[in-house]
Amino acid sequence: MTRKQKILYFITLHHTGLTVSTLSLVLVLYPLFEDNPYTLGLTNLIAIYVIIVVGLNLFIGYAGQISLGHAAFFGLGAYGSAIATVTFGLPAWPAMAGVAALVALVALVVGVPTLRLSGHYLAMATLGCNIVVHTIMLQWDQVTGGPSGFPGIPSLSIGGFVFDDEVRLHYLLWSFALLALLLALNLVRSGVGRGLAALAGDETAAAALGVDTRRAKIKVFVLSAVFASVAGSLFAHCYGFVSPDSFDIFASTDMAIMVVVGGMGSIWGSVIGAGLLTLLPEWIDVFENYKDLIHGLILVLILMFLPQGLMTGLYEKIRDKVTLKRQKNAAS
Amino acid sequence: MLHLDKVSKHFGGLPALDQVSFSVPRGQVTALIGPNGAGKSTLINCMTGVLEPTSGSIRFIDQQLVGQAAHTIARLGIARTFQNLKLFPRLSVLDNVLTGLNCEAGASMTLAMLRLPYLRHRERRLKLRALEALDRFGLADKSRVPVEVLAYGDKKRVELARACVAEPLLVLLDEPVAGLNSEETAAVGEQLKRLRTAGQTLLLVEHDMELVMEIADQVVVLDSGRCIARGTPNEVRNNPLVLEAYLGQMEATA
Repeated sequence: MTRKQKILYFITLHHTGLTVSTLSLVLVLYPLFEDNPYTLGLTNLIAIYVIIVVGLNLFIGYAGQISLGHAAFFGLGAYGSAIATVTFGLPAWPAMAGVAALVALVALVVGVPTLRLSGHYLAMATLGCNIVVHTIMLQWDQVTGGPSGFPGIPSLSIGGFVFDDEVRLHYLLWSFALLALLLALNLVRSGVGRGLAALAGDETAAAALGVDTRRAKIKVFVLSAVFASVAGSLFAHCYGFVSPDSFDIFASTDMAIMVVVGGMGSIWGSVIGAGLLTLLPEWIDVFENYKDLIHGLILVLILMFLPQGLMTGLYEKIRDKVTLKRQKNAAS
Repeated sequence: MLHLDKVSKHFGGLPALDQVSFSVPRGQVTALIGPNGAGKSTLINCMTGVLEPTSGSIRFIDQQLVGQAAHTIARLGIARTFQNLKLFPRLSVLDNVLTGLNCEAGASMTLAMLRLPYLRHRERRLKLRALEALDRFGLADKSRVPVEVLAYGDKKRVELARACVAEPLLVLLDEPVAGLNSEETAAVGEQLKRLRTAGQTLLLVEHDMELVMEIADQVVVLDSGRCIARGTPNEVRNNPLVLEAYLGQMEATA
């Protein structure tokens, strides 16, 4: 084995660990080079979306289901933490865990009947759930503050260290995002992950291989709801204010679009999807009135030319090119 | 090993299976033949829990299979292939075969996310077994290839490897050589013979009479949902009812 081959072998063997380590290093150094609070605020928002989209990608991309209602779980996490800490005066961290457990229970209650459905019907059912949760947030104003929102949510802290500026939040939020990425990467590389991929490929075949398809769907739905709930709690503590607008059905469709544009069934694609959909409106700000038009056009173009999503699509294109080149070399 | 007793399946008023009874003995190759629409695939689907028989009983060792979910039946040690390939196009050849070991990979979602050392070891062992299976089926050099780019014959072999990798007690093969050219058919035939020599119990649904006559210990003939004959390949070959229903039909078209 030559030295080059050894290095390549090492990279192939440890590519997940290496990618996670590189990303961690970049994220640790990032605030040293970028101290504009506005830019940091944007990347922090990306971190929150990464947590949701990674979970949602497990459900949509890996298990092949559809949800247009995940903003409901995001919202339940956010309002849950807000109510627990402000109204009931509970400490923030245990509240976040408790709220996530409650949201898991809600997802289980919603998932058991709705996951008997598939395709368009499942999309409609999850959309319906989102509308119900959003309406409760709007109408139950004694508890949620109604349309004007819920202010005064305290910042998170560990001991005396309060996460109250953008740099501190950067480290907190991206730690959670990296943890979500790592957990999801571990999951998809396991037997459970292959079971999910089998489920997406063909339900009959998956069942014939011993996958309890109904249970697997419910489990991954609950898991993705917990990811969204934790992201919601972080969102609430990070901004100190929540209002129902952030959790309507348009937020849900944005999340589903992030999954599709990043790459269905690609965990790293989730980062790309969340990043692109958060930054795109900022980048095309110069177009002013035509912003929405350009935004839509870019998404349509991506889906037309890279229907597998950016990450998966580009990866496959590069892989095909390399294979063709190798074949040509071998032929000559 | 597998005993079917008066199994019937009706779709609406239409009987697809009518009081079918036969047994699949351990360590033998049982072939299930019959013209198109005879109910062979329906029967396999009833055995694997995809469909529930309208009446009758299917016992596997001492377990009743009727009313059990497909995944429970799979976990008892019954693997199958499909008439129309059902591979997972997004996964590599190796990962497709690894899904055949899913019952053994079993860990909860939480443990899988933590990727504890014992799970990593187990994963490595499973990978080795999958690679061995690929080697047995002559696919070792294609383990990392995405399954969708394979030729049809190779895909059939991947499905066969996936069904056999966990060394199940019984393998149900739904037309394993349908759509293959003569070379590929011979290759798959070889694999089946090897499985038979290794003592693997097989139930083979097949139209290729040459293959059936060559490897089956017992042949069961279905026609219009009824079992019209049962016996050794020679007995069945000379059965007038079979000749009329199936082989005769082939001669008529020949």
